[in-house]
Amino acid sequence: MEPAGLRVALRIWVVLVLLALFTPIVLIVVYAFGPSVVQTWPLRGFTWHWFAVAWHDQAVRQAFLLSVKVGLVAAGIALVLGSAVSYALHNFRFFGAEGISLLLVLPLALPGVITGVALNNLFYFANIPLGVLTIVIGHVTFCIVIVYNNLIARLRRTPRSLGEASADLGARGWQTQLYVMAPQVATALVSGALLAFALSFDEVIVTVFTAGANFTLPLWIFGQLRQGQQLPEVNAVVTIVILLTIIPVLLAARLAGAGAAVPTARAAASADTANAPGTMSA
Amino acid sequence: MHNLIGIRWRAAAAVLLAGALALLAGCGGSSSSAPNSSTSSGATAGLTVPTANLPVLQKIGKGEGQLNLIAWLGYLQPQWVKPFEQQTGCMIHATYPNTSDEFVTLMKNGGGGVWDMASSSGDADLRIIYAGDAHPVNINLIPGWKQFFPVFQSPPFNTVNGVHYGVSLQWGPNVLMYSKKAFTTPPTSWNVLYSKQYAGKISVYDGPIYIADGAMYLKYHDPSLGITDPYELTQPQFQAVVNLLKGQHPLVKQYWSSAPAQISAFANGDVTVGASWPYQVSALTAQHFPIGAVIPKEGATGWADTWMLAAKAPHPNCAYMWMRYISTPKVQAEQAVSYGETPDNMLACSYMNQIAKGSCALYHANAPAAYFKTIALWKTPVAQCDNGKPDCVPYANWVAAWNTQIK
Amino acid sequence: MSVTTPAGAATAAPAGAGGHGPWSRASALLWRRPWARATLLLTPPLAWFLLIYIASLAVLLITAFWTINPFTTNIERTWNLTNLTTILGTSAYREIILRTVGMAAGVTVIDAIVAIPFAYYMARIARPRTRTFLFVCVLLPLWASYLAKVFAWLLIFTHDGVLNWALGKIGIGPLNLIYTNTAVFVVFCYIWLPYMVIPVYAALERIPASQIEASQDLGGRTLRTVRSVILPLALPGIVAGSIFTFSLTLGDYITPILIGGGNSTLIGNVIDSNVVYNLPLAAAMATVPIAIMACYLLASRALGAFREI
Repeated sequence: MEPAGLRVALRIWVVLVLLALFTPIVLIVVYAFGPSVVQTWPLRGFTWHWFAVAWHDQAVRQAFLLSVKVGLVAAGIALVLGSAVSYALHNFRFFGAEGISLLLVLPLALPGVITGVALNNLFYFANIPLGVLTIVIGHVTFCIVIVYNNLIARLRRTPRSLGEASADLGARGWQTQLYVMAPQVATALVSGALLAFALSFDEVIVTVFTAGANFTLPLWIFGQLRQGQQLPEVNAVVTIVILLTIIPVLLAARLAGAGAAVPTARAAASADTANAPGTMSA
Repeated sequence: MHNLIGIRWRAAAAVLLAGALALLAGCGGSSSSAPNSSTSSGATAGLTVPTANLPVLQKIGKGEGQLNLIAWLGYLQPQWVKPFEQQTGCMIHATYPNTSDEFVTLMKNGGGGVWDMASSSGDADLRIIYAGDAHPVNINLIPGWKQFFPVFQSPPFNTVNGVHYGVSLQWGPNVLMYSKKAFTTPPTSWNVLYSKQYAGKISVYDGPIYIADGAMYLKYHDPSLGITDPYELTQPQFQAVVNLLKGQHPLVKQYWSSAPAQISAFANGDVTVGASWPYQVSALTAQHFPIGAVIPKEGATGWADTWMLAAKAPHPNCAYMWMRYISTPKVQAEQAVSYGETPDNMLACSYMNQIAKGSCALYHANAPAAYFKTIALWKTPVAQCDNGKPDCVPYANWVAAWNTQIK
Repeated sequence: MSVTTPAGAATAAPAGAGGHGPWSRASALLWRRPWARATLLLTPPLAWFLLIYIASLAVLLITAFWTINPFTTNIERTWNLTNLTTILGTSAYREIILRTVGMAAGVTVIDAIVAIPFAYYMARIARPRTRTFLFVCVLLPLWASYLAKVFAWLLIFTHDGVLNWALGKIGIGPLNLIYTNTAVFVVFCYIWLPYMVIPVYAALERIPASQIEASQDLGGRTLRTVRSVILPLALPGIVAGSIFTFSLTLGDYITPILIGGGNSTLIGNVIDSNVVYNLPLAAAMATVPIAIMACYLLASRALGAFREI
């Protein structure tokens, strides 16, 4: 469908963007093998030492597990709440709907310090001890908007006629939602949840104010970077984390329907009868 | 069709919001403001310490197994932390802020029931004390204290009305660090930081307290201003210093906010001279970078640190064990040599020489009285000058000037 | 456009028409009373949000109308507008606000320009396996810690770093990019890029091929199709991505501290340096991003990004 010249240009663009995206990542991995604590270019040697340090470091393991736990819970809660808000705002008109959009985006728009200090004061006031619960609460506040944004963009492009047709064909409310609407928004939901998890997994500032003495992985990294005495260990930890997340991200990508057939003209022509272009086959 | 809900929503939302705001406006500032009097009769006169009457620990009991510390970088090296953990079973868990302001923030709400102690500097200590975030300390439980130089036993920045809120730790200068590649002979004056010759190669501390460094410079070079204490500046003096730093701004390559950031800048050739801590000097020379440091003729600002005890410390026994341990001569020496600072314990000198020959003299651990006077230790600028007049510029204005005029 | 018959519809037909069980009664009730459904949907998130976040934020922001006692730096509850006038009246603060907004806008535009062709290729041209591969590639950098990535850029931009080394090989003199606003800008563009690609991809992915073919059947060449059909359909995705890039830049202050120079102070830095000693001023400064985001959302709505098709 697209002219050949455009396809070639796009391919080149994609390659360039990938190069740009991964150069810093490659640097991080390369410097995990560097011996020196003060990192300069070029690399001054090669050693596995820091990987050994990272592997045996109990604090890192605990921090990593805590980050995963918090991320899953926060993304899960945000998924539920974000979907609820998206559906409500999409389907109903009422006073204050736009205000809600603004309220939801505030945790991202405001510097983390403000959110952090506000929540810290709240927890002190309500006598809630700082711990895993408070970390999760803090993270959900900015994860909701990520799910909401992704989902509502998708909903706004979903024709209402689908739902109405389904009802015309005799499906009950929940059946329409489950069998017709849900697959339409699968990509948006999964990508929203993924981004929310990623943001939670990597968040530092709000977490500083809500974590108390617990260390999530970013907090541990933050501390190490300020100390500056075990910098290559940070690189080693990040390298291990990237390797560990390849599989889950791959699975999530499949789930999001990224592997579904492309709705090209060729595909539509050959599947001429009722099947929608690739939507139901994922 | 869906507008039926409009009216109901309006009502519900309005009620909810109004109720919430009314409730909160009432208890509004209580959780965010520092408690206590708002008398305007002077900086600390008339202020009371909220926690002054808390009972101190009478006897050190069994350790709780953990200790949560807020410390400056380099203060918790494995060299002396591991033996402590083995001896007492108190496992140390730490965070490392970059500025004194961050110390104050972390100690809010008495340490939040999370943090046990903070190794804060003189410009943060009184803030912490008057905010009610520090707990009185029973100095009799700390034998090393008796061996301290008298001037550090009950200094005004951690002892109020005879009540100690922490135990003094160590102290040191903000040095002039330079790359030996750029300076064949060591610089002797801070003027290299204000000179166009080194434009684009200068690195200075990113914090309003750095204004005091400018004041030290003008104290020496412009006596007509009459600056005596770099932390107590009248408005005209303050403005002169601000103008000096404004002039410096285009020459500065890096305002460093964390020690590793400055280390990286020096190591990678981005800067060749700057205001620094002994920590960076030690770190770079240990990695064999050609770096030197001096205290120039104008003198220097510096800091004296205290291990403050948090009002809501969850592990008080471990906290006292730490205070005892860190005040002993041997550990004081280890920390002093490792970081490059001066210990408060008079008996640390010989131990320092055992670790690194000549270090006792190098860090002035044996002659602090004269040396002490050349260093202007960090303290919070308040409006009440020492001469009783209320026209000195308070810290809030330092922050404002730093953000709006200098940077 | 064609619709696949839902798998469950055939089996549901007998029960669906006249079910009387409690579930179908509840379902029917919710269908008839839209406000009940809206309330049911909205109460948990709103309650969460209002009680926890907005309440604590309101408490904090109210202090913007108070002042601090310059002697004790305690907060005094004397209502006035001093802080707000200071923020808007001091030229330095105005400059900081403009710099932050400018940077946020610039980052958004650049990220959109970079992301759209990439997402288009991913969504419409790439084969399924390539698409999965690209999806994973875009997401992976998110798992390399923000701080580690910024430090990697430090290594790239620094005087004896990777960039100057590479440029030196082709004979270009050393660039002095470290600790400048340019460095901060590039790092922001880099870090937020995945947050722009994913929503745009999600939007482009679902554009039915039939609509594009129709455009071509009507005589539209590539550029025209892109301009009149694809971009408008992708607009909600672009806007969603831009909300992320814009607001994340608006609130960030770590990158300026690590990579920026003396002129890189952003709104977040001002708030960060005032939050301890002068909370009212920090709170006043915090109202600025709120106002900006409100304007941004209004502008997006005016551009029709939130309209239904």
